[in-house]
Amino acid sequence: MPAELDVNRKVTVYVPCETAAVSLGADDVGEKIAAHDNVNVIRNGSWGMSWLEPLVEVLVGEQRIAYGPVGVDDVDSLFEAGFLEGGEHELRLGDITELPYLKNQERWTFRRCGLIDPLSMDDYLTHGGFAGLQKALAQDPEFVIDQIKASGLRGRGGAGFPTGIKWQTVADAEGEQKYITCNADEGDSGTFSDRILMECDPLTLIEGMIIAGYAVGANRGYVYLRSEYPLTRRVFAKALVVAKDSGWLGEDIGGSGFDFDIDVHLGAGSYVCGEETAMLESLEGKAGLIRYKPPLPAIEGLFGKPTVVNNVVTLGSVPDILALGAEPYANFGVGRSKGTLAFQLAGNIKRGGLVEKAFGLTLRELIEDFGGGTASGRKIRAVQIGGPLGAYFAEEQLDTPLDYEAFTKVGGMIGHGGVVVFDDTVDMAAQARFAFEFCAIESCGKCTPCRIGSVRGVEVIDRILADKDREENLNLLTELCETLIDGSLCAMGGMTPFPVQSALKYFPEDFKR
Amino acid sequence: MDRFGFISEAAIRQLARELNLSRADIHGVVSFYHDFRTTAPGQHVLKICQAESCQAMGSRNLTAYAEEKLGVDLHGTTDDGKLTLEPVYCLGNCACSPAIMIDNKVYGRVDQNKLDSIVDACGARCES
Repeated sequence: MPAELDVNRKVTVYVPCETAAVSLGADDVGEKIAAHDNVNVIRNGSWGMSWLEPLVEVLVGEQRIAYGPVGVDDVDSLFEAGFLEGGEHELRLGDITELPYLKNQERWTFRRCGLIDPLSMDDYLTHGGFAGLQKALAQDPEFVIDQIKASGLRGRGGAGFPTGIKWQTVADAEGEQKYITCNADEGDSGTFSDRILMECDPLTLIEGMIIAGYAVGANRGYVYLRSEYPLTRRVFAKALVVAKDSGWLGEDIGGSGFDFDIDVHLGAGSYVCGEETAMLESLEGKAGLIRYKPPLPAIEGLFGKPTVVNNVVTLGSVPDILALGAEPYANFGVGRSKGTLAFQLAGNIKRGGLVEKAFGLTLRELIEDFGGGTASGRKIRAVQIGGPLGAYFAEEQLDTPLDYEAFTKVGGMIGHGGVVVFDDTVDMAAQARFAFEFCAIESCGKCTPCRIGSVRGVEVIDRILADKDREENLNLLTELCETLIDGSLCAMGGMTPFPVQSALKYFPEDFKR
Repeated sequence: MDRFGFISEAAIRQLARELNLSRADIHGVVSFYHDFRTTAPGQHVLKICQAESCQAMGSRNLTAYAEEKLGVDLHGTTDDGKLTLEPVYCLGNCACSPAIMIDNKVYGRVDQNKLDSIVDACGARCES
């Protein structure tokens, strides 16, 4: 086989094609390396160690030797240092799998990210792809749902609802036509795990959606992807073609007689469309106004039909639960928070990136051991977990264990696993004000507490900061927060007070300037 | 949208006719989404992330710097029509904050110098 021999003579160099890497110049680095005729550049996904991006790897023997972060200006010196043979260089990181950041993770959903070429079906199959789907198709749908229930998997979009129960509801619902919808409207600041999975291992999501379709009796899937992710859109569109061309998507999947097809719909910059019913409205081509619940989407969802609405990471966790069994997954985690969560370290953090860990580690372990403290080198003052609707934590609360219930107990939420770190230069009154401001910008306008309350919230905070009737306005702010929490139709208005209240509680000095 | 960059009043009328909906229905959808605009943007669109992760890494200062450099506020277009400055709430590049996007290309860890070179390169493309 002359073609293969030719490739063998060339040295394989991996350069990630993922957004964070590309945003720091990976395309240029890849081009410059590829200009050498003795190399074969593969655009792999990212391992999620964003602080090392662009992270270039060289295949030396069986080992992948990493170098990073590699700028365009470093490429010449890498060649001079003999990096194609794994030569010494100040950017040399060694065997990628031995880096503590990666080694100390429990990779399940993200285990192929970085390892493979996201668009190579061969790579995907070699590393266990479609084993879960094959196993599912050989069994009854009920078996699949039971496996998901037994795994303890809960919705990773933020709400943490048990996935198996949701699927059961859709499977039991009356109706010929049912739908699988995937929520890829990852709008929370500090989160990017959906994006990484879709860019670095998109076939996993496709496989998860097909399994979900088989389990509940749906033959049509929609991915609602946010417009802020143009690169994700390109990669995922190609992945759909790859899956179709190889017979893993479309009619008679894998010769099983089961049909399933997936379409991608693009969002248009609205945050509230990440709320499941607003997303369904948006998928139907309307403004993203949220719907009253009940009826639940599982009973009356997209176009009024029974619909599964699951987050990208939820669906992406499904294939290996089928392939490897529910028990190994359920063995991760603590209490009712089973399995792993892809935490995302962001903001003012030294080693930002994706950390997939079993539930139960503390925030401090995550931020200090993995994250290495702040990027600025200053003291950590506040940490926001769970996106713009999540509470701010003060330094002394960092020993809270990361599980759904422990967080609820202290008035926070893990949400989609985003962790945004602020150093001691942060103005927490400004952050509280922003929470209301953001709600005012993004409110869908359907319910009054959210639509009007958010605007009034900004005004009240401004009056407090201007020292106008301070006590009266602080009371007003407290009441306003309660009104939003109790009276809003969805989490947008219902949780906007969380960052505000936590800022007031733990950082009152910032409101007295 | 992708082809013209905006949805004009004439397009709203046409959409209403074709879809058998009222103009108010179409207007409701167009005005709901931040990505949809009813006037033409500049030749290039620069979006600076305004969300929390980027705030933690100085996006407020970066935005103020861009506004001063370009002589426009957020949502504004430069007098020469070359560039529109927009806010965006998260580009998903939060481990490399602050992030910006210009014409659908994302940049991470953007400081004033990097913003200068990105914007200037884009200006040069306009000239040529």
